[in-house]
Amino acid sequence: MTETSWLDTLIQVLIILAQSLGLLVGLLIVIAYVLLADRKVWAAVQLRRGPNVVGPFGLLQSFADLLKFVLKEPVIPDGSNKGLFILAPFLTCLLALSAWAVVPLDAGWVIADINVGVLYIFAISSLGIYGVIMAGWASNSKYPFLSALRAAAQMVSYEVSIGFVIVTVLMCAGSLNLSAIVEAQDSKWGILGWYWLPLFPMFVIFFISALAETNRPPFDLGEAESELVAGFMVEYGSTPYLLFMLGEYVAIMTMCALTAIMFMGGWLSPIPFAPFTWVPGIIWFLIKVLLVFFMFAMAKAIVPRYRYDQLMRLGWKVFLPISLFMVVLVASVLHFTGLAPGAGG
Amino acid sequence: MSLAALFFYLFAGVAVASAFMVIASRNPVHSVLFLILTFVNASGLFILIGAEYLAMLLVVVYVGAVAVLFLFVVMMLDVDFVELRQGFLQYLPVGALVGLVFLAELVLVLGSWTFGTGVTGAVASTAAPGVSNAVQIGRVLYTDYIYFFQAAGFILLVAMIGAIVLTLRHKENVKRQSIPVQNARSKATAIDVVKVPSGKGL
Repeated sequence: MTETSWLDTLIQVLIILAQSLGLLVGLLIVIAYVLLADRKVWAAVQLRRGPNVVGPFGLLQSFADLLKFVLKEPVIPDGSNKGLFILAPFLTCLLALSAWAVVPLDAGWVIADINVGVLYIFAISSLGIYGVIMAGWASNSKYPFLSALRAAAQMVSYEVSIGFVIVTVLMCAGSLNLSAIVEAQDSKWGILGWYWLPLFPMFVIFFISALAETNRPPFDLGEAESELVAGFMVEYGSTPYLLFMLGEYVAIMTMCALTAIMFMGGWLSPIPFAPFTWVPGIIWFLIKVLLVFFMFAMAKAIVPRYRYDQLMRLGWKVFLPISLFMVVLVASVLHFTGLAPGAGG
Repeated sequence: MSLAALFFYLFAGVAVASAFMVIASRNPVHSVLFLILTFVNASGLFILIGAEYLAMLLVVVYVGAVAVLFLFVVMMLDVDFVELRQGFLQYLPVGALVGLVFLAELVLVLGSWTFGTGVTGAVASTAAPGVSNAVQIGRVLYTDYIYFFQAAGFILLVAMIGAIVLTLRHKENVKRQSIPVQNARSKATAIDVVKVPSGKGL
């Protein structure tokens, strides 16, 4: 008996490893093109062409960049705290990637279908701060340190409103499981039944907070190149820098996926009848994620950078009261109309 | 030995080792980072006993918020490591004494530890299967323990207001941006088109 159970365990572990590897490779390829799309959108807004030299339409640009970073010599500053200096980019990248373990790509297409999926992603994204702080402190230099302080304060501030948005969504869905949240949005109304419509203010707040949480423009004060050169990444080059870059984009994709799952019905088809429901769920999911990313890219291209006090004011004096009020409002509505999930039982 | 036991020893071992490193490492920033590692491993232990909600909250609250503030404060300190090393042996007897007192107290308390009547039964009763532990905690927290829960919330609120009152200072001569005023500006109020006659200036 023990031998077969050992074998079963081993097979299970191998299956999970294979699934993770598949997801990882798929994710990295998507990210390579998302990076290119980001630059192309930015260029198009500014009436430029963007990267167009490597491969047809510049399609291989990201891979060329990868080679460039990997083949360069890594430089570790003499005065830095060497262990932490090396650890910080790895931590950033690892944490960002591990969030994808709970993201459901389609009905049942999830590596770890845990009960507290939303909280897990929330926890992982709050850990992302440490990569920035450690990099900033370990560099032992002024600009990175200032940047680390800024970025950390910013991420802590916007986590508060993200937390409240998540609370309203899970009150409506009645579960912390990401697949259950998607299924709770399934109705005969299709796109009109998803949470973006009833929870529209929270959708907007979540989108803006996600920009701030991932240090994306217009909230990229951590790496504001006009004042801090490149922020906490000043001292980094070659592969460690690549890892920071990768971690940043993976975190952005996680936030896009979370938006798609919580507000845009995940893998569900927007029009809930025959020809559209035949399309595999993962395609709808991918389309939604890319749509949110397009909005991220447009925000980067169009909106000028916030000043630090304006950023803090927006987080604490605008988003926090609104989202707190919305939590109370949504809870009251759900309670008094009897719409709350599980209210009958 | 099952996979769960293997993970238990991994989490427990790393937690104890990093807890030791918190007090053993010379650099206070390293200490805080080891403290964070301890928290993360403790949340791993929570997952192993099936309390995944508590595990996630531990990471979100302690690691994601409290420890960040710790790290903030410690990073700002201007620590002189040479001075720190000189003082280490000097405080060793006092520290050892305090440690011994704590150890004796722990032994005394745990040695005479007995469960009250009815506690054992309450501990053993798990909630209905299929109910996630976020739901279970919510049901207990907002019914049986609602007053304690609210009291804890009030204490935290008072502490927060106290901290804000202590640190809030309104400096004179600081330019502040009033957002409504800023947004109320229009082309008519913000721009003044002046035809400057050449050679005269304004």
